[in-house]
Order: sequence, then structure tokens, then C-alpha cells
Amino acid sequence: MDVAIIGIGLHRFGRTENMSGLQQGAAAVRSALKDAGIEWPQVQFAVGGSQDAGNADSLVNELGLTGIQFTNVWNGCATGGSALHSAYSAIKSGEYDLGVAVGFDKHPRGAFNPKPGDWGLDDWYGEVGLMLTTQFFAMKIQRYMHDYGISNDALIRVAEKAFHNGSLNPDAWRTTALSYEEIAASPMISEPLRKYMFCSPAEGGTALVLCRADRAHQYTRHPLFLKAAVVRTRYYGSFEVFSPAQAPAVNQSATVTASRDAFELAGIGPEDVQVAQLQDTESGAEIMHMAENGFCQHGEQEKLLREGATRIDGRLPVNTDGGCLANGEPVGASGLRQVYEICHQLRGSAGARQVPGKPSVGYTHVYGAPGVSGVNIITR
Amino acid sequence: MTNQRPIREGLFTWPAERPQLLGSRCRACGEMAFPSQNDCRHCCGSDTEIVELGDRGTLWTWTIQSFMPKSPYHSDETPETFRPYGVGYIEMPGGLRVEARLKENKPEELAIGQAMSLSIEPFRRDEDGTEVLAFAFQRSEENA
Repeated sequence: MDVAIIGIGLHRFGRTENMSGLQQGAAAVRSALKDAGIEWPQVQFAVGGSQDAGNADSLVNELGLTGIQFTNVWNGCATGGSALHSAYSAIKSGEYDLGVAVGFDKHPRGAFNPKPGDWGLDDWYGEVGLMLTTQFFAMKIQRYMHDYGISNDALIRVAEKAFHNGSLNPDAWRTTALSYEEIAASPMISEPLRKYMFCSPAEGGTALVLCRADRAHQYTRHPLFLKAAVVRTRYYGSFEVFSPAQAPAVNQSATVTASRDAFELAGIGPEDVQVAQLQDTESGAEIMHMAENGFCQHGEQEKLLREGATRIDGRLPVNTDGGCLANGEPVGASGLRQVYEICHQLRGSAGARQVPGKPSVGYTHVYGAPGVSGVNIITR
Repeated sequence: MTNQRPIREGLFTWPAERPQLLGSRCRACGEMAFPSQNDCRHCCGSDTEIVELGDRGTLWTWTIQSFMPKSPYHSDETPETFRPYGVGYIEMPGGLRVEARLKENKPEELAIGQAMSLSIEPFRRDEDGTEVLAFAFQRSEENA
């Protein structure tokens, strides 16, 4: 059974002082239900996740106690990808006809502070100051730049594009474009990554209404189809966050297999994708993920960025809504925001940030600690 | 005399004249791990032994921690006394790359491929005054 997306909803990312994370999740669900033209009692099941804003199934207290199956998922930054995959599988299997995938969060200001014990590590690792995601991203891109001849110019251009796209997106958190010079002069956080090259923990909610494809036209004249939803974890030898050591063997990232398997499932290749959302926790991640997802060769990114290939008017627009850099990262909601944006692009409703040429194939990729990748392929 | 203890037993040989990092080696497939573990995440077996990983290596990648981390970071520093520190992966003989604090904290002092050596040093004090020892790496002129 094919799976359709018939409703999309978002509660604006950033800071909403007077609303809990859960309430932001509920607002996203209501908005998605309205978009699909249905009411909460019609929803047969839901899957949701949040890291710091409570159990997703508490949403029934806001939306209504209708007795449905509601499953909580948590997979680090890939939580949204995993929630969507679970909902996709439930419909694809034929068990349910219509359901909701939802993610929301509300993080305190400043960097995340994960506990070693939650990640199968001993306390000393955190105590001596090695348990920071920022360090991992910096060290991965540092080595990548060394191996593939990527320069600081590429890191700056990714951030410049993100904040430009954010300035075209009324729902973005950061809606002010930043110049190349401002980014290049921002404080160094973790060599080689500067302040404006990192996304920040944030708040927000996203929800999607899914149904079996053969019923989609009952709800909308313009359904979109989720052709592939794939989640994969790391291999022995891949370089991942929160690793006290890396194996002598070198292996590809979970992103490579998630991407390859998603393309196989959808029966298309990277050359068919017209708009993409790639995990950009920081500038370097977007660069590495361009190649890991099969959109270019390792090392080719420098040239592509200089040519503007990933801008909204480029050959393969990437992170058209400003990505994590301009939207911040409410962990539970972030992966679903990527899908929300792709749906707008494929519907032609992305406003000032609309990709020209009526794109019909979109792609999303989320990456989370400690080596989880989720890829979705969406078509008209 | 000040009492000393390693931040965790089994990370490095202590006391020792020339401390060595400790890890484990799988008796079935030969793969190494740090810190040591009972099971092998390469071949999925469960027959490992503790081995010395050495005290010299080369810098595989690095960054600099410029701000004082939040909990679970646990040193004796305050935001005022915090000193930025390097972080890197050191490629040890045999190929295992171990993550460690680096004593250097300026970009011009660090380069991929640089020879590095192990250093065991007081990191903080327990309430009773015992010095807690942690491992770090520093630039070394000797080749690995």
C-alpha cells in the first residue's frame, strides 16, 4: 500500500515564551488536521516524539481522548525521521488507513548537555569535557577538509545561503540575512566552525497527516506521496558522535546506506531529485551530507557552493527554508520540518522561497546521535 | 603526600613509570577497542582481553573547546578560570584512534599528522583533597 501525505502543520520554530513544547506540538497537529480537512476523531493512530518537552502521547490531553494507539519514539536528532517511518510503516502494512506523525520540543538556551549513561558511556567521558556534539562536528569536518580539499570559504557559503533562505521564510526563527563577511568574522566556537555556522537548540512543532494513497483524493486534490522512508544506524568503523575511540577500519556513514536504500525503494536516483533538505546541524554537516546522500562526489562541494548550485535558483536547491541554521533545532520536530518544507515546495506553496520549475521530486535527510540517519523521498 | 587516583580504573596503567593507555583486543577477530569492553562490536563475539595501546600516536583530527562546557563537565574550574583546551583523535600504533583532551589550545600548535604523546595529569580534586588523574595528549618531537 502506497502512503500519501494529505496534511501538513507547523508551529513556528524559535522561542514561544507563553506556550509549552507540548502545546506547540498540539498547535502543529491542529494545523495539519485543518490542512487535510479532517478532525482529530478521524485519526486512527499517531506516532510522536520530543526530547525535552514531555511524552508525545500526552498530546491527547490537548487534542482529545479518543482511545487511539499513540506511540512515543525517540532517536536523538533523527526522532522526526523515526516517527515518520513508524507512521509510514503502519499504513504501508495495511494495518491503518489514516494517522499522524508529530514532533515538538522546547530546549533550554545554550548547548545540549547529554548524560554519558544515556549513551552507553562512562561518566569520565563527560567529566573531562569530551561529551559535546559541537566537538564532533568540528573534528569530522576538520578531517574532511584535510582529505578532500574543502576550504573555509565553503563553510561560510553554506551559512550565507541558510540565512538568506531564512530571510525569505516567514516561519523561520532567523529571518535576517547575514553577509559573507559577518559570518567569516563571527566568534570561533570550535575550530574551524564559527558562531553563525552552528544551529541552536530551539522550540517548535511539526505534524503530518498520512493516509493510504488510494484514499488520498477523498481529502485533497493535490496529495503528495511518501515513496520511501528509511532509517539506518551506524556501522563498525564509521566516524560518529560520542565515540571515545574510532575503529582502525574505516566505513561509510549510516547516511550512505539510508540514502541508497531509500533511492532503491523509490526506484529513482539522486539525479531525479529537484529539491533537498539535508541535515545542517552546522555548515560542515551540509557539505558532507551532500556527498553522503549521493548528490555529488566528495570534494566537489567547494565548486558547487561557489557556483550557487544549492541556492534556491540553482541546479539542486538545498535547505530552501533556511535549514537548521535559520530555524534552530527543536530535536523532536526538526526532521518533520524538513518534510513540511518539501511538501510546500512540491505543492508550489513556498512563497518567496519557491523553487522555480514546479519541482516534483523532493528529498529529506536527518542525522542524529550516535549515528542514526533517516531519509524520505516525496513526490507529486 | 597528596593522594592520587585515576578518574576511572582501567583507562591507563597507574601507577607506572611510563603510563600506557589500556584497551581491549578481540581474541577472535583481533580488533581493538577503547575503553576496554567485554564484547566485540566488530565480530559480535565476547572473548576479549585487556591490552596496552601505547603512549605515542599521531593527530588524526582536532578542534578547540573554546567555552566552558555545561554538566556533565566536572573540573575545578570556574567560568573565570576556564582555559580552552584542544580535543583530538590520536591514531595509535595498530590503527585505533582514541579521543582525548590535548594540552595545546591554539590552532597554530596543532596539525593533522603531528606526533603526540600521552600525559597523565591531575584534572581536579575530590572533596578530601585527592587528586583525580586524567589522560591527555601533547605534541611530541619524537616520531610515533
